Amino acid sequence: MSAHLSVRDVSLDFTIGDTLFSTSYLRAVNRVSFDLKTGQALAIVGESGSGKSTIARALCRLYTPTQGTITLDGQDVNSSQALSAQRDYAQKVQMIFQDPFGSLNPVHTIRHHLRRPIKIHNPTLSVSEIDTKILELLDRVGLAPAEQTANKYPYELSGGQRQRVAIARALAVGAQFILADEPISMLDVSIRLGILNLMEDMKQEGIGFMYITHDIATARYFAERTAVMYVGHMVEWGESDSVTQNPQHPYTQLLISAVPQAERRRSTETKAKKGDIPMWTPQSTGCPFAGRCLHATAKCETHMPGPTEIAPGHFVRCVLFSTAP
Amino acid sequence: MTPPLLQIRNLSVDYVTDAGNARAVNSVSFDINAGETVGLAGESGCGKSTLAFAIANLHAAPALVSEGEILFEGRDILKMSKKELRAFRWNEASMVFQSAMNALNPVITIGAQIIDVIMAHKPVTHKEAWARGEELLQKVGIHPSRMSSYPHQLSGGMRQRVVIAIALALRPKLIIMDEPTTALDVVVEREIMDELFALKQDYGFAILFISHDLSLMGEISDNIGVMYAGRLVEFGTSHQVLDQALHPYTQGLVSSFPTLHGPKTRLDGIPGHPPNLLELGQGCAFAPRCTRKMSQCDTIHPNLEQRGDKLIACHARSPEEVTV
Repeated sequence: MSAHLSVRDVSLDFTIGDTLFSTSYLRAVNRVSFDLKTGQALAIVGESGSGKSTIARALCRLYTPTQGTITLDGQDVNSSQALSAQRDYAQKVQMIFQDPFGSLNPVHTIRHHLRRPIKIHNPTLSVSEIDTKILELLDRVGLAPAEQTANKYPYELSGGQRQRVAIARALAVGAQFILADEPISMLDVSIRLGILNLMEDMKQEGIGFMYITHDIATARYFAERTAVMYVGHMVEWGESDSVTQNPQHPYTQLLISAVPQAERRRSTETKAKKGDIPMWTPQSTGCPFAGRCLHATAKCETHMPGPTEIAPGHFVRCVLFSTAP
Repeated sequence: MTPPLLQIRNLSVDYVTDAGNARAVNSVSFDINAGETVGLAGESGCGKSTLAFAIANLHAAPALVSEGEILFEGRDILKMSKKELRAFRWNEASMVFQSAMNALNPVITIGAQIIDVIMAHKPVTHKEAWARGEELLQKVGIHPSRMSSYPHQLSGGMRQRVVIAIALALRPKLIIMDEPTTALDVVVEREIMDELFALKQDYGFAILFISHDLSLMGEISDNIGVMYAGRLVEFGTSHQVLDQALHPYTQGLVSSFPTLHGPKTRLDGIPGHPPNLLELGQGCAFAPRCTRKMSQCDTIHPNLEQRGDKLIACHARSPEEVTV
């Protein structure tokens, strides 16, 4: 069965100033739409403050969108606040966090971390059935010998091993979608690929991933599709190869030119004006990149065009490509 | 030929713990010439930051420099008196630490922090120092009016620029940079590196660049040294180390980075995890993770030796044999 998690026109505002007569808001995510499919990965690439983690939290129901809808197989996920509905949703959509040192409870064993989600979501299982399942899961994420690992405490594991426990925990409840928020950025270089490859194997088994990263090279390595975000806006998205090899939005071009590449010697070509990343509010208009863009026109200050398909499945939001008047 | 600016000879640093001595830096030797950029690569715990601290003679208990010497223009830094050290640090060699957020004092304006360095070392008036501070900020791309800002009023990238400005304040001959851009976004990282290298052209300082990011290192370094579990396992020019890696660890590290362009193949990284420095055996520390392990690797540690143009510490002999 192929499930379908769909995000339509989602915006998220946060309160930043609150006085008696006025409240001001920050718009962290602005009218974002995308789909997650099982057995595939979508990478969300952007700098800090681009709203990529916020959108993951909204998908986890940690935040409720200010506008727009999130649907799972056609069902609006925020329509019911009932505990049972939340539990059903949590069973299908799980999150892995950046910091494997903070996401496990130091006073509980690995067995405890895996037993709880299994028990909550499968209340009918017997103790020995749960135990078999825990050992199976640990084997599956490469933490053999499973029996020994299950009795360990988080401090006895390395960062990479802890991140494997986090993945096992997401699998424990039978997640169809895993939202991975920078899952490898805090790990040692030599073990990052092990985690990415494990996630690749899970993907082959039919799990859908949202892979949030600032590293566009790993996005291309792991994800079929890549979306580039800037200040809460999706500015370019499509097949990962198309986006990375043929970037069209000036921001994507800047991002890709900034990625260090050992084979290239230093170049001093300017890809953008210096400038600060703007703060977006619900009243802001235009393209968020206009202030730094080398191609910006007067129109960019007031108008943010809709998506234009520049290659099959490859969309850009930029006046340079917009055909609309 | 002029002698190297910095010569590290047989340096070992231990951390004395209740469980025994952890040798974080183990018999490391290499040179940095004037105006050169040397990269030092490796994972967390490989001793690269410990080495950087030793060069500035900043180690205090429980760290202990147990062996070796560090010669800066022929003078041993480790034998300097307090007074000599005071004159050496910042004047001759300065340091940029990993996290700019922690390197700046949050309750003092950045202007005060910049002129503090200048006035501690040079016989200048407050006014002159302030003018010099403004000039430095301008050099690193920050408006001079920011002299009276507090660190929290600046973004992470700007704070890192301020730290670089302080490091440049006395025009040192060597700047030690310990993961200077790790916490920053790629675009900001690119801007800062571009500015740094423009400044390097003007001032001609040498850089010891410590990072785990081999791609960035390959772009900027003349020479690269790779460390594993406290030892230097490979040292050569940036091109030799990255494109013709001989040591299995370097090869694994190089292939741990997916490329942005070029063919997409499944990469395997390096199996296992870095060793505990307290539990190192007699042999090569990398042997348990090595794909080319031989019988003697468990018992005899390979010495760093010249092979062709570069230095390498591995029993696997001929280059053809090691090439993957």
